[in-house]
Amino acid sequence: MNTAYGVVAITLICTVTLVIGAFGLRLSRTTSDFYVAGRTVSPHRNASAIGGEYLSAASFLGIAGLVYTNGLDMLWFPVGYTVGYVVLLVLVAAPLRRSGAYTLADFAEARLESTVVRRLASVLVVGIGWLYLLPQLQGAGLALRTVTGAPGWVGGLIVALVVVANVAAGGMRSITLVQAVQYWVKLTAIAVPAFVLLWAWFGDGSPAPQVASSAQWKEPLNGLAGQGHPVYATYSLLLALGLGTMGLPHVLVRFYTNPDGRAARRTTLTVVALLGLFYLFPPLYGVLGRVYLPSLPAGVAADSLVLRLPGAVLPGGVGELLSAVLAGGAFAAFLSTASGLTISVAGVIEQDLLRGRLSRVTGDDATVVQGFRLAALLAIVVPYAASRLIEPVGLATMVSLAFAVAASTFCPLLVLGAWWRRLSTVGAAAGLLVGGTLATLAVGVTVLAGPLDGWPGALLGQPAAWTIPVAFATAIVVSIATPGRVPRHTARTMVRLHTPEDLALDRG
Amino acid sequence: MTDQPPPRVRVTSTRRDAATRGSLRPLVRDLDEQSNLGEVYMSGLMSAQLRLALVVLTFGAVGLGGLPLLFLLVPATRSLEIGPVPLPWLVLAVVVYPVALVVARYYVHQSERIEREFSEVVRRR
Repeated sequence: MNTAYGVVAITLICTVTLVIGAFGLRLSRTTSDFYVAGRTVSPHRNASAIGGEYLSAASFLGIAGLVYTNGLDMLWFPVGYTVGYVVLLVLVAAPLRRSGAYTLADFAEARLESTVVRRLASVLVVGIGWLYLLPQLQGAGLALRTVTGAPGWVGGLIVALVVVANVAAGGMRSITLVQAVQYWVKLTAIAVPAFVLLWAWFGDGSPAPQVASSAQWKEPLNGLAGQGHPVYATYSLLLALGLGTMGLPHVLVRFYTNPDGRAARRTTLTVVALLGLFYLFPPLYGVLGRVYLPSLPAGVAADSLVLRLPGAVLPGGVGELLSAVLAGGAFAAFLSTASGLTISVAGVIEQDLLRGRLSRVTGDDATVVQGFRLAALLAIVVPYAASRLIEPVGLATMVSLAFAVAASTFCPLLVLGAWWRRLSTVGAAAGLLVGGTLATLAVGVTVLAGPLDGWPGALLGQPAAWTIPVAFATAIVVSIATPGRVPRHTARTMVRLHTPEDLALDRG
Repeated sequence: MTDQPPPRVRVTSTRRDAATRGSLRPLVRDLDEQSNLGEVYMSGLMSAQLRLALVVLTFGAVGLGGLPLLFLLVPATRSLEIGPVPLPWLVLAVVVYPVALVVARYYVHQSERIEREFSEVVRRR
């Protein structure tokens, strides 16, 4: 593989991101600038921005690698990522926008009128954010090693540095336009090479994929059979992805830039269309990989398939150019998702965990901005360190674990919070605690101890199917048992969450 | 929208009750103050929206959640081919997305209709 092209593409993407971040500092100097700008963002641009932020390493590299290795069943991943937005649309899009909450912790506090629940939500946002950042950084290391042969720790470090520089400068995230452009960059970077590769494949007489045991690869209910319970694993994965999307830290913030609840719905509708369009392409790489690269060299991760495929199909300049385009697109994916996550996590660290302590230590010497920069550093250093220590378990697998934790904690909080008047403060806290503990334990065992055999392995590897119902049940049962702890202003909050904005109500 | 002026009425005597039309205060205030009447309207709106949400989710759960069950119970569908492409690949890689979009569109239109009707009812008073 020609190293020069790849280095140029990656450098270009990183530089553009940094430059735009620096300009962003000028364009959006105060929070009010951000809010005012938010009112003028159209649903289509907002939807592109959500897509740009959402399509991560797992989407760009992970899915193709999974389809290549495990076949048909891996298509449930992109399906789940997309369906998650339909569920979000149907259950919480408009109420979340109308709540006026900027982060998940804000929503928890506004709805439950409790700082304890807010704290719990903050800790979970940080945990889920770190879990989701981990595969982004691992993916960056992998992509850079594939393209340039650099050691694995370099790629993650580059992403971490660019993101910290950007986030600390205050740019990037606040500019919807940048994330919106990122979506189209990623779509182009994956679609154009796909069409060229398809054309070459037709030119070769469209040879069939080569698989050792083709029935297993081609047919459903095999690929997720790692622990021998494919039907359970399929359903559990679908639940985690479908219900977890609404609980990801970097998703809710984007809804704030919608002018009202109606626009929030329309934005989500467009997101479903944009994601569906993007996800038509990654599986193609997986299938074509089976045609042209029936076996990968030993020690090469399947996640790098997307970057290796063009060279195998079209040896020479064209293949190298396409590889570089794909590497650039992949870095765009790492940077935009990592930026969004880092901002969300840093905001929560600064606001809820750092602010009081920092002023006590420094005697009010530290400004809010300094606090935020420290928080941004913390937000990405921890997952970077973890990405060096923890053995990679596959990008999409890692991301699905983050979804499982989000689905077991924030899904009950948001759904019950938006639709159930009898949700009590204690009930919500208990639901978060129980769901969060169970899902985290399952994830911890899977990541640290590796996959187990039989039912224990299946239940821990895909925990969503049992942790989500347990979390919902806990929240409901405890709420019913503590009717005295239902927040005082529940009725007024419900009016705010559900009435259309064209009615002149007091919206607090 | 009811922009037309109300029909003309021939006034034949003084309207003694004209000054005390307390019962006809705007319904928006009932919503704001969470009076019993306001709560009735609110729970009407919420249950209409929730019902719609559950209909859409049930459709999705049966349509999408039914697929693994179909593959499990009718093994022939696992390798069924439509033209050169196996059915499960066609459904999961392509067909799912437009269907999801159509379902989402249906939901958006219906929920906007519910809100429009709610606004009209509330404004009418």
